Amino acid sequence: MIALKQDIYDIIIIGGSAGSIPVCISLLTALKKEQTVPVILVIHRMRNVVSELDTLLAKEAGIRKIMEPEDKQAILPGKVYLAPQNYHLLFEEGGSFSLDYSDAVHYSRPSIDVSFESAAEVYGKKVLAVLLSGANADGAKGLSLLADIGAECWVQDPDLAEYPAMPAAAIAITDKIKVLSEEEMKQRLRDL
Amino acid sequence: MGLPGRPELLAHELEQLLRMLYKVYGYDFTDYSKSSLLRRILKFMDENELHTGSQLIQLLAGDTAAFQAFLETITVNVTEMFRDPVFYTTLREKVLPVLATYPQINIWHAGCSTGEEVFSLCILLFEAGLLHRTRIYATDINAANLEKARTGVLPMHHMREYTVNYRQAGGKNDFSDYYTALYDHVIINKEMRERVVFLQHNLVTDRSFNEFQLVLCRNVMIYFNKQLQNKVLKLFYDSLSSLGFLALGMKESLLFSEQKSKFSAIDPAVKIFRKKH
Repeated sequence: MIALKQDIYDIIIIGGSAGSIPVCISLLTALKKEQTVPVILVIHRMRNVVSELDTLLAKEAGIRKIMEPEDKQAILPGKVYLAPQNYHLLFEEGGSFSLDYSDAVHYSRPSIDVSFESAAEVYGKKVLAVLLSGANADGAKGLSLLADIGAECWVQDPDLAEYPAMPAAAIAITDKIKVLSEEEMKQRLRDL
Repeated sequence: MGLPGRPELLAHELEQLLRMLYKVYGYDFTDYSKSSLLRRILKFMDENELHTGSQLIQLLAGDTAAFQAFLETITVNVTEMFRDPVFYTTLREKVLPVLATYPQINIWHAGCSTGEEVFSLCILLFEAGLLHRTRIYATDINAANLEKARTGVLPMHHMREYTVNYRQAGGKNDFSDYYTALYDHVIINKEMRERVVFLQHNLVTDRSFNEFQLVLCRNVMIYFNKQLQNKVLKLFYDSLSSLGFLALGMKESLLFSEQKSKFSAIDPAVKIFRKKH
């Protein structure tokens, strides 16, 4: 029956900033090996420095490979992707990525808002969106939009987040999201 | 399209808009990447308090000034000096020594925006002792960008970040030697600009205009769909001399292109390719 439950979502998007990486790793470990929904990580990071965050996340989470997608690359089932540095990550009809180098949003590129809003256009309510610890308000608006159209939206409980501003900003503008602890999120991911 | 709290642009209105822009102004956006095009059109609608697609079409069809503002929003002009320092290091180490073997070097920088990456390239060529025998044709779709680029004036507040990028790219001098500071802006030295010709050119509709040993087009084709990317890559192929170099953005690739087999990659991490014949 697992397959049926997975069909609810076309895509899982996890957004986070300061203090989100350990939680992100922990959530990735909760995903079943046989789960087929693509997972997209949009994490604020430094620009213009060589980064091995993809390798680090994969190693810590025990995943064979986390890919930083190239422009127009197809989104494949069961894969985990990390938004590349210094680009916004968007989705195209038909299941591929598009990169965008327009202005930073909330001083961030990649911006979580941009990815959430693009997912709302392309996947509608068939999105599971998660917003973790962070020190600014990026992601709140996009999450609220997804919640309004009926997508499943979770935020990390701000009281338990290293930096509460990001989940708190989402809670302040919508009540259609679930406020969960790291452990509760993991349990729900295991149940997918 | 048509999500709560956002301006509404229906699929047929988007088609109608793109047809009108081509007919009235000669700009063809039909093969632009839908997701980012839509995002920027919605941004323009939001900023101008346009709630429906028909309002947008009506405004743009009859108002050239409004169209210019629209064009500014649609054609992304974000850029920085020495973006991706590792790209410049690779260019310095693997491409410039080959260019140095030509008596005269021709370079096309396509989609140069307001010129930041062109000036970075000039500094690189200068430090390699090649600038004086190089001609750079820097082109952009947007005339306003080119006007800015020709002045060589940049806002001061980015210079710290650019200095860090420059050093990481293996810059040999003091970065501040290359510009003069004036209050809240800087002017890039004339010597770093005088080998550049800024020209208006539309990759979608215009043809090749010369033969080059190096073509740079970084983070421009990400705004195009695969079909248009293919067409533009063909244009670059035709514009390159035998064994010429093509430099793309760090996350762009030839993977999906028909031109793939005609190029070899010279560095897997940095997207610099070389024409095979």
